[in-house]
Amino acid sequence: MTTTQQSGTSLGGGRGDLEPMALEKIARQVRWLIVSTVAASKAGHIGGPLSATDMLVALYFHELDIDPAQPRDPERDRFILSKGHCAIGLYSTLALRGYFPVAELATFDHGDSRLQGHPDMKLTPGVDVSTGSLGQGLSAGLGIAIGAKKQDKDFHTWVMLGDGESEEGQVWEAVLSAPRFGVDNLTAIFDVNGLQQYGWPAQERDRFDRSEPLGHVDLESVLTGFGWNVLTINGNDYDQILAAFEQVRAWHGTAGKPTAIVSRTAKGRGISFTEGHFTWHNGVATPEQLEQAHRELFGTDPEGAQR
Amino acid sequence: MKAQRKVWGETVLSLAGSDDRVLVLDADLATSTQAVQVANELPGSFLELGIAEANMVGVAFGLTTLGYRPWLSTFGVFLTSRSLDQIRMMVSQTNAPVRLSGAYAGLLNGSSGKTHQDLEDLATMRAMPNMTVLAPADEYEIAAMMPWIADHDGPVYLRVARDAVEPVFDADYRFVPGRVYELRPGGDVTLVSTGVQTSRVVQAAGLLAENGIEATVVHVPSLKPIDEDGLVAAIGRSPLVITVEEHSVYGGLGGLVAEIMAGQGGPRVIRHGLADRWSESAPNDFLLDKYGLSPRRVADRVGYLLGDRHGVPEAASA
Ligand SMILES: Cc1ncc(C[n+]2csc(CCOP(=O)(O)OP(=O)(O)O)c2C)c(N)n1
Repeated sequence: MTTTQQSGTSLGGGRGDLEPMALEKIARQVRWLIVSTVAASKAGHIGGPLSATDMLVALYFHELDIDPAQPRDPERDRFILSKGHCAIGLYSTLALRGYFPVAELATFDHGDSRLQGHPDMKLTPGVDVSTGSLGQGLSAGLGIAIGAKKQDKDFHTWVMLGDGESEEGQVWEAVLSAPRFGVDNLTAIFDVNGLQQYGWPAQERDRFDRSEPLGHVDLESVLTGFGWNVLTINGNDYDQILAAFEQVRAWHGTAGKPTAIVSRTAKGRGISFTEGHFTWHNGVATPEQLEQAHRELFGTDPEGAQR
Repeated sequence: MKAQRKVWGETVLSLAGSDDRVLVLDADLATSTQAVQVANELPGSFLELGIAEANMVGVAFGLTTLGYRPWLSTFGVFLTSRSLDQIRMMVSQTNAPVRLSGAYAGLLNGSSGKTHQDLEDLATMRAMPNMTVLAPADEYEIAAMMPWIADHDGPVYLRVARDAVEPVFDADYRFVPGRVYELRPGGDVTLVSTGVQTSRVVQAAGLLAENGIEATVVHVPSLKPIDEDGLVAAIGRSPLVITVEEHSVYGGLGGLVAEIMAGQGGPRVIRHGLADRWSESAPNDFLLDKYGLSPRRVADRVGYLLGDRHGVPEAASA
């Protein structure tokens, strides 16, 4: 087994300059950093970060107008990880994007670390809003989007929510109020991976299949009905993600209303033993599982896989 | 005599008029809280968020990240209880300059009853790191506090009373955060109070004086920060200290004074307030009497504690 993949440095990248193939390659590294970091810290979330990985990578390496050297630039695009338990996915992406050394991921969730178990805007470069108590991020994003409009600032604000998280009433307070403010500089990404932490016991199915927090909801109609523009995509497919971004850019400053991307994904995406299993909401991989994950992500020969 | 909420509306309007960073956020209670003054005069500084308080707290936080200094107005209970988690993570943990104005805080709520009374706000807000907690006595004190709040870089909880009380200060009042104010000297007992209850405690001291009991009255407008030495100096040598507040006896002013005095080997501290019970809907005078906070009832209670067995034994004390 090898963990040398962690020794890498920033992969650079900037707005619009990385295409699907390159993004996919970065995503594999992010996925490895997620499982290996959580394994090393002996606690943390796996399934949610993995379902969101492709979207995070596409945002940070393709879409967001940001500069890791100036994490507080007032003109930067904002990103809020409302499903804050997926912090390790964000941290891994930020590290590869150059906000802090990749090696620092080894301090994740340790004492005295800048990398807390949930995102802390006061500690981590690149984190725009503290989250962790679910359901709150969209409200903060709405405040930022309203403020940006008032100040004639042109940046875009992105918020990523979980489908389980969207059981929180406050999400719908924000969804209800946002169109009133004409915030076409705000996009909510619903990471619909069909699983939450424990959730509902599915009837007449595997007793341990806790699936589809929003399975009974016609999310697109609901969001449209609330006055949002809605795009539905496979959130693990870069062509679809980048096409959605194009549309969001076209609507930015023109649509008069916020946009929701219903991003259908798989929880635990990209590693066979985690994908689709609610029990991997959080979890610590064994050395054997780590080795297998590495093999699946980088090819059969772990040593030769260090690109 | 002017209601604090009226002064709040006037002052926040003038603050917004002179500072673009000031925004006033409302959750459909602008006419009650008096945020309506801003809505009418400076609509560009007013944001209506609807009946969605948790969202309002998050929106306010978001605005602070762009340099705004939002003043939230709704009933205190819907901020400090309904949105406690939002205040905790978005405002307190981030030290964001959100101004939480808890209107109609306390017991006197216009016959709205136990659902709308805010009798725990001082306890919960005081437990929040970074939070400044202020409970002004009257119209002059709130007017003096608000410009200070406007300049303060962290979050503030400001307790705003619905109805006017007899002022204890005048227009010359100067607010100094943390400071305690001795309003009246007396050697028999020390009454410590906060918020608009102080006005009723001053009247209670007058009633006690008619019966030959001299009470020191100490007003604590700033529960956090608090000048501990000043508080100890003001009450330290008294034979008996009674805190009086329009709040639960747990965790508010009584808790604060008891915590500080516990480290001083000082006098006995009796906490007088809502004694682990809910109240009910009723006119102000009825509530003040029944729950032991009217001047008469405070005086009776003090008399009892000083040995007059004709006083009020049970009352609302702990
Ligand atoms: C208010 C709140 N309640 C409960 C939790 C505990 N919790 C953390 S993650 C989670 C499940 C989230 O599911 P989902 O939003 O679908 O996220 P994902 O599947 O992408 O991990 C729960 C219940 C929390 N962090 N905040």
